[in-house]
Amino acid sequence: MKKEFKVISELISQNSKVLDVGCGDGELMKFLKDNKTSKIRGLEISKNRVQNCLSKGLTVIEGNAENDLQQFPNNSFDFVILSQTLQAFLDPEKVIAELLRVGKKAIVTIPNFGYWKVRINLLIKGTMPVTENLPNEWYNTPNLHMCTLRDFFNFCSKREIKIFKSLALKNNKTLNLSAKNLAWRNLESQLGIFLIEK
Amino acid sequence: MNKLKQVKNIIITKPQKLDCGKEISNFPISYETYGTLNEKKDNAILVFHALTGDQFASGKNPITNKDGWWSYALGSGKAIDTEKFFVICANVIGGCMGSYGPSTIDEETGKPIGTNFPVITINDMVNAQYNLLEHFKIDKLFAVIGGSMGGMQVLQFVSNFPDKAHIAIPIACTSSHSAQNIAFNELGRQAILADTNWKNGLYEQNKTSPDKGLAVARMAAHITYLSKKGLQEKFGRKLQERDDLKFSFDADFQIESYLRYQGSVFVDRFDANSYLYITRAMDYFDLSKQFNGNLSAAFSNTTSKFFVISFTSDWLYPTAENREIVIALNAIGADVGFVEIESDKGHDSFLLDVPDFLDTLGNYLKTNYKTVNEKRI
Repeated sequence: MKKEFKVISELISQNSKVLDVGCGDGELMKFLKDNKTSKIRGLEISKNRVQNCLSKGLTVIEGNAENDLQQFPNNSFDFVILSQTLQAFLDPEKVIAELLRVGKKAIVTIPNFGYWKVRINLLIKGTMPVTENLPNEWYNTPNLHMCTLRDFFNFCSKREIKIFKSLALKNNKTLNLSAKNLAWRNLESQLGIFLIEK
Repeated sequence: MNKLKQVKNIIITKPQKLDCGKEISNFPISYETYGTLNEKKDNAILVFHALTGDQFASGKNPITNKDGWWSYALGSGKAIDTEKFFVICANVIGGCMGSYGPSTIDEETGKPIGTNFPVITINDMVNAQYNLLEHFKIDKLFAVIGGSMGGMQVLQFVSNFPDKAHIAIPIACTSSHSAQNIAFNELGRQAILADTNWKNGLYEQNKTSPDKGLAVARMAAHITYLSKKGLQEKFGRKLQERDDLKFSFDADFQIESYLRYQGSVFVDRFDANSYLYITRAMDYFDLSKQFNGNLSAAFSNTTSKFFVISFTSDWLYPTAENREIVIALNAIGADVGFVEIESDKGHDSFLLDVPDFLDTLGNYLKTNYKTVNEKRI
């Protein structure tokens, strides 16, 4: 299983109510269900993936985070997870607000556009970055709103969102991440993992 | 209709109060079962049929000699696997396959009850079928499943009996019949009422039969079960066994011939009065109204796990209406899964060979049956 999912799982307390937004084939949901909590739901946009999840007995509804989170009442989950999809939304700001309304806490992971390989791509080659984490070309990428770890820190402070815990992944190694080491982490890590609360 | 004497039924002796205010008792519910009830009695599924269905969901229907209406989904090794599950399907009250309905013979007069039959509701149908649980001494069903009007019964069932089913699967349905739904049903009813052979519902006494009206009702309804794309692909403007237009009102087009055929075979197996009563029950269905406009309240005590399914090309009970059920359930934190299945077969998709639907349904039942059992151990 992806290292990212292990890290997310460690942030989630036992028997809590969890919503996985953009749950894909349900890999993380299944892991959480087996190890953490049976009270886990998923939201997924792809029909085929929803069918796969339901076939595995996971409770998933077909829908889009931008429109379909509104059906959940305030604070109906202890944790809402959004793994590497924030950048693909038309309105990430609204999605974050919805995550924090529906969940008491949210776990958001972000592919870091400040990663040195990405920067070099643009600086040296003069082309839009294509990396393992961001494999698409500029003309077919689903990523509309890329950001860096620093951008997300800044966003949270502007919007008065509390960052409870932040971690960075560098070649599948977990590193602590804070305002102090941000400059360096923002350069060396591929992924940021944030536990946030309004 | 002598063959009907061979169908299985139970007589409900205890009185049932209907929504219209009348009370009925000593009435028959005819049913069929598939598979075997295990010793723990934890593998029972109650399947609800749609408007023109009956208890013969699978195998050969002994009355019509045609395949059961849900043969694609229900049977040995199928999505609702009768090797594993014990499936009960009953004819709704108001129906014409042995359950108490307008074609039931009134013992006093020796004639069919006809329009003296009370107007019934989906709630009445479900309450009548609940007696089957007592009959089979089943404490809790593993699942309740149904499409279209069957789905409405699923919703009503879990609302009435919140701890009697582990799983509830309403398919291609709605929690409240829309104006469009009512309009199409009214069209069908008016076709029957306009047939001079209907004779105020006393056609059997008059040795007539409103076949033309019932056939037109079926033809109109049948169009609503298909999608425009499906119809276009299957029939287009193809002509029926002729090279050119005949400049007459014959069935020049294949679609006309197809609809006429659908109408004509339908009248052989269905009762016109039943059609009136059952469509009325559907039109009266408004689950949220039963709970002062709050659909979530209909499910507030439920312990069931829900799986709502809709189809992309179903314009009779479109995805948006199915989604309203999901939204109402999420609002109260119920356990609900939902998927819209891609299909161009229209509302009828749930009855047809739609592999994505059948696979997902089958796997869902299989994995959840395992989980429900593990929990109990």
